[in-house]
Amino acid sequence: MTTENLPGLPEEPVARRGMFGVKDTGDTSGYNRLVVRRPPKLSSSRPYGSYFDEVADALEPAFADAIERVVVDRGEITFHVRRERLPEVMKHLRDDPALRFELSLGVSGVHYPEETGAELRAVYHLCSITHNRRVRVEVSCPDADPHIPSTVQVYPTHDWHERETYDFFGIVFDGHPALTRIEMPDDWEGHPQRKDYPLGGIPVEYRGAEVPAPDRRRSYS
Amino acid sequence: MSTTETEGRIYDVAGQDWDELVKTVSESAEERLVVNMGPQHPSTHGVLRLVLTLDGETVTEARTVIGYLHTGIEKNMEYRTWTQGVTFVTRMDYLAPIFNETAYCMGVEKLLGITDRIPDRAQALRVLTMELTRISSHLVAIATFGLELGATTPMLFGFREREMVLDLMEYITGLRMNMAYVRPGGVSVDLPAGAVDKIGEFLKIMPGRIKEMRKLLDANPVYTRRTKDVAYLDLTGCMALGITGPMLRAAGLPWDLRKSQPYCGYETYEFEVATQNTCDVYGRYLVRMAEMEESLKIVEQALDRLSGPLKGGPVMIEDKKIGWPSQLALGPDGLGNSPDHIAHIMGSSMEALIHHFKLVTEGFRVPAGQAYASVESPRGELGAHVVSDGGTRPYRVHFRDPSFTNLQAVPATCEGGMVADVISAVASIDPVMGGVDR
Repeated sequence: MTTENLPGLPEEPVARRGMFGVKDTGDTSGYNRLVVRRPPKLSSSRPYGSYFDEVADALEPAFADAIERVVVDRGEITFHVRRERLPEVMKHLRDDPALRFELSLGVSGVHYPEETGAELRAVYHLCSITHNRRVRVEVSCPDADPHIPSTVQVYPTHDWHERETYDFFGIVFDGHPALTRIEMPDDWEGHPQRKDYPLGGIPVEYRGAEVPAPDRRRSYS
Repeated sequence: MSTTETEGRIYDVAGQDWDELVKTVSESAEERLVVNMGPQHPSTHGVLRLVLTLDGETVTEARTVIGYLHTGIEKNMEYRTWTQGVTFVTRMDYLAPIFNETAYCMGVEKLLGITDRIPDRAQALRVLTMELTRISSHLVAIATFGLELGATTPMLFGFREREMVLDLMEYITGLRMNMAYVRPGGVSVDLPAGAVDKIGEFLKIMPGRIKEMRKLLDANPVYTRRTKDVAYLDLTGCMALGITGPMLRAAGLPWDLRKSQPYCGYETYEFEVATQNTCDVYGRYLVRMAEMEESLKIVEQALDRLSGPLKGGPVMIEDKKIGWPSQLALGPDGLGNSPDHIAHIMGSSMEALIHHFKLVTEGFRVPAGQAYASVESPRGELGAHVVSDGGTRPYRVHFRDPSFTNLQAVPATCEGGMVADVISAVASIDPVMGGVDR
């Protein structure tokens, strides 16, 4: 094949614009964060309904100052507890005959970078086998001071769960017997589940190849 | 090969040099030995690493190291739509994929507030597939268990029977494993023609096969000596360590979410919660066997409903803003197209095309908030903590996987016992590393 048969190069590169008058990335895959403009429920007032009032009655007299707010949403109750009082509250939840939340289902971390002063959250799901009830306890701590008291003394099952939350979010659980990384390698830098941590884009060991983050992989124009 | 370091002598085995190792170890006066078991070891159920400190044959310390199968599923989900999330969660606990999907979808449905609007037929299909999966998962647990204790017949039988379940799953969903069958709003596809007969046939064969397995193991002296009074963990220990599932029920507590906090209509099925009060490996085995028998009962009831009162009902929520737009047909080559739907969107309705495009590429939005949904998986309580910021993608999804929590029982059950019992202790926990590491 000779070079004459090939189409000549345009003198100027073709300027490509997005189709259908799209100004931004033109991404319709949902990456541009379409949201329902309805804020989440921030607090609820009495009566909470269901068994929630009984639980709150048993908890609130002793810990009125420890509970910041109560949210009843989608059939679940959440107690937002001040971090300093967490171990006491958990112990009371476990031992009080009217509460008896014997079984903890572990710790789950959430990172809300927009909520200044309460960026990091540790969420505990408790279950009472005696009364067949469930509650959620949520504790927040600022990003600048990511410390929450450990509850391993109250619920030994939190051992690995707190390590996992530390590993993924960088929340330091004070008083944990051995707070080390559990899923990521010991020398890993950063805490991957945080919102400021990208997905991909980390140099992988294989021949220095780098995988771009998914929200940077596509380009339509 | 050996080197001396601060920790003491290190013996390094590169394979085939056992004689040399035995010679050097026997020369040493040291009785304390730290052994690395795994992460690649046939009896650690995947990539679980156990660091055992031995004093002769006795285990004085057992430490578990996990993370070798961490794939960042929870992080990945934050970059995909709510529906695509199903494809991720199904890969967590790969021996019980339907349970991951159901827990996740129940969480999403709770956030959307549509729990009561899921069609009954979809719920019955979820129950049917979940119970079939429970049988296949328990079969693997018992099969590998047998193999690790030196009995190969239970392994062959277990995997042969499991293959029947996987064939059924393939027939129903199109895939043997990781099927992404349960979707927010219902299930992806209705039962194909002939499925009821096939499952009916399975129900006829399976009870005999379970009996066969019981004959092999229940009173086998070698098996009972390796399992009875081994890896003892009582109810207090279970509660403190957050242990659920067969381990908890073998400690005597009839705690089963299907009974105590029913979901997907489990309150309408008749079955018993199997318990034992021996707190040992043998008790856990008996609980698993009994659960398989109970699961067969549930499958039978679900099948009666699907072929009777619920016949022809929808399998996806009626809400067009949530339900997947097309009803995919299952062809001989797997899950295929939906010819009627394609004709509709390509030939007659522009709006339907736009709607399909938006819903499939962009997904639906979920109001902001958080929810926790849990199901009784073969290994215990599988919970999904699902958080939304009001967008088309999950803000955060956390799975409380029972394998992860139950593995914490390794030191409690192994320390003070014999090395050989570590194998049966870990096997009785039945951890699936895909679920542990996620």
